[in-house]
Amino acid sequence: MDDFILHAAIAGFGVSIAAGPLGAFVVWRRMAYFGNAVSHAALLGVAIALLFHVDITTSVIGVCVGLAGLLLLLKRQNRLGDDTLLGILAHGTLSLGMVILSFLGTVRVDLMSYLFGDILAVSSFDLAWIYISGALTLIVLRGIWQPLLSSTVHEELARVEGVPVLIVQSAYTLLLAFYIAVVMKVVGMLLITALLVVPAATARRFVRTPETMAGLAAAIGAVAVTGGLGLSFVTDTPSGPTIVAVTISLFGASLLWRTRRE
Amino acid sequence: MSKITENWVIEVMGYWGRKDEFLNAPPLILLEGYGLMVRFGHTVVLEKVDIVVQAGRVVTVIGPNGAGKTTLLRVLLGLTAANSGVVRRRAGLRIGYVPQRLHVDPTLPLTVQRFLGLVPERRLVGHVLEELAITRLLDKPMQRLSGGEMQRVLLARALLGDPDLLVLDEPAQSVDIGGQGELYALIGRLRDQHGYGVLLVSHDLHLVMGATDHVICLNRHVCCTGAPALVRKNLEYIALFGREDRQEASHREKNFKSSRLCTQKVPPEGNGSING
Repeated sequence: MDDFILHAAIAGFGVSIAAGPLGAFVVWRRMAYFGNAVSHAALLGVAIALLFHVDITTSVIGVCVGLAGLLLLLKRQNRLGDDTLLGILAHGTLSLGMVILSFLGTVRVDLMSYLFGDILAVSSFDLAWIYISGALTLIVLRGIWQPLLSSTVHEELARVEGVPVLIVQSAYTLLLAFYIAVVMKVVGMLLITALLVVPAATARRFVRTPETMAGLAAAIGAVAVTGGLGLSFVTDTPSGPTIVAVTISLFGASLLWRTRRE
Repeated sequence: MSKITENWVIEVMGYWGRKDEFLNAPPLILLEGYGLMVRFGHTVVLEKVDIVVQAGRVVTVIGPNGAGKTTLLRVLLGLTAANSGVVRRRAGLRIGYVPQRLHVDPTLPLTVQRFLGLVPERRLVGHVLEELAITRLLDKPMQRLSGGEMQRVLLARALLGDPDLLVLDEPAQSVDIGGQGELYALIGRLRDQHGYGVLLVSHDLHLVMGATDHVICLNRHVCCTGAPALVRKNLEYIALFGREDRQEASHREKNFKSSRLCTQKVPPEGNGSING
């Protein structure tokens, strides 16, 4: 088997392991649309980087985490729902990014590669990025797991019990934005947003506690990545979308399995 | 008699029923609020509300829907800021809070055991589980609990941290009639055994009569306050003359700053002859 397939498999495995637990909270806190908003903001990050000649990765992370911070601030106004705020921010940053890019007429930007990534082109440097940021993300998530879970179940009960709800929820939102920004550049927006939501949704039917759901989501993601890569190699189809298709198939199979049991 | 003197007399009479306890040791104040005013936009939700909760005593806030009961509770718990007024808590006060309802999202797998494990500091585990008879529920998903089971589990979570003060928001709402009596008996027993202070909100005075030491009747402002028997008399008096007053009130409602009327509806009881 070729080297690039091995690299891709290692990268996909690393992303799944962190995306499982992170994505469980995306599902529980109904933040699926947040991933899309962050990836739209990434384009603005790319545009700003090209405009000011700064490092693209840094700029993308900065803009994505900035979008999460802005969302948290706007939420405190309590006037508009999360979905509306995300819609405003996502389309706002995407349009702004496109407008800025149009000023840079001489620069040819391959938007497709920024937004959809290419897991087969993963370098050793990218692999290091994925594993370091993944480990960092899991460590922070482990630290805030219990208070975050408590504030997800019942925010006010958690507050009365002394949980610093605002801090914990903000930490999670920023962490999620950071991780999406880092990983998206390598594996693409489509793959990371799918790996956050679909494995967790698939795992739900087989578990009874939050922790097992997080673990199973990571495992399902890893299986889907490996299977999808293998399939794309055999059928010569684009790897990212094939992985997503396999993930969705596993979700569909889980629905059938449940129905048969009941 | 002025309003203040009247309240004071009712207060003293209230203590009289438990005078031994009162004379031996003055009750410890756990939580108090003075002159609480809350406004949402231009709507005044609470106005000049005073409330004191002491250790070992059950204080019940009653009032019609929209009277500001839940808002008052939120202010006392520190979940909502009052526009004016003072809330004081005893230093290091531990509060066990039982919210009105708890909806666990179906996407979140959560057994009763895991739910109870969310309490930051558990102190009384075995004892509480036995007392509330939820040992056999521990493996059940939260989404499959009946109303009564959910209420017991929520109460258990509030008790696990060994609180000084128990705060319950409409605790009997989703429980059947038989379960309601049981629940209030349980709250009374917990108060007696552990000396908890209890603050509870209800829309039905008759339900909580037996278990309550002190009643605050709320309709944006405090209408009347005192021992349950006296408040009930007061309420029956209002109910007796309520019809004319209420019509007048609906006029006043428009500029309701002047509305000093309690529109709490009291169902007729055996000892009073009220024919609506």
